[in-house]
Amino acid sequence: MDWTKIIWAILIVMMIASLWPAYKHHMKHGKKAEKGDWEGALLPLGAVVVLVILLIMSVR
Amino acid sequence: MQSHLSLSNEVLKPMDYNSVASPRTAAAGLEINKVLKNTYLLLSATIIFSAVTAFFSMSMGMSVNTYLFSVIGAFLIGIFVLPRTANSSAGIGVIFLITGLLGFGLGPIINIYLQAANGAQIVTTALGGTGIIFLGLSGYVLTTKKDFTFMAGFLMTGMMVILLGILANLFLNIPAFSLAISAGVIMLMSGFILFDTSRIVRGGETNYIMATYGMYLSIFNIFIHLLNILGFMGDD
Repeated sequence: MDWTKIIWAILIVMMIASLWPAYKHHMKHGKKAEKGDWEGALLPLGAVVVLVILLIMSVR
Repeated sequence: MQSHLSLSNEVLKPMDYNSVASPRTAAAGLEINKVLKNTYLLLSATIIFSAVTAFFSMSMGMSVNTYLFSVIGAFLIGIFVLPRTANSSAGIGVIFLITGLLGFGLGPIINIYLQAANGAQIVTTALGGTGIIFLGLSGYVLTTKKDFTFMAGFLMTGMMVILLGILANLFLNIPAFSLAISAGVIMLMSGFILFDTSRIVRGGETNYIMATYGMYLSIFNIFIHLLNILGFMGDD
């Protein structure tokens, strides 16, 4: 097996381990979405999807 | 092609929701504007510095493993050194060290793409696309003043799923899965840009060095994964 894959795997496991406390914190105490919050987020994120599709079409 | 790792340790810092509050006074408003201005200034400077280090590593013909070691170095400095220095002027040197390292690691990856027939077009399109995404999302938050801090739990869960996906695909090596991961990372990092900008605007982030670090990592990840998608889709 490629040795770089082992190092990448170790690095990713370290990242997950270091994120774990923050992940638990936000799952327990994170602010909950209110009505209309997600609609406001989906509009710009949808625009990103459209832009990426356009970029793909431009290089094909 | 080298597996692209999503390095978004901006989520490593615990985010304190008690400090996410609406600006109530003129002084608070001025302080927020100052943080925002300093963040964008430092972000511009670090991006330029990254471009310079990337240019050097490209000119030096560094091996593709440089990316791996740069990411390891940036990750360790980001966890152990930056949080301890972010409240002092030393933090500015540390953020330049991290972004310089990441830029240096990016050089060999860009070199690989440039070897493709339409490589230059792919790299410039990814660069332009990243700029449009960042400016568009950040501008959206600044003009609408909407609160995106509710996304924290969703972004953290997404980050975990993506990291597990990257880990699995290191061994599975499925190109379509790699493409799906890249698409997921771009959406996730777009969410982080909304979230990070919103935190600054609402006074939840008062340290412009940490704010710059978060924004830089989002931009870096979007660029590298956009390269992956465009390189894959633009290849006959």
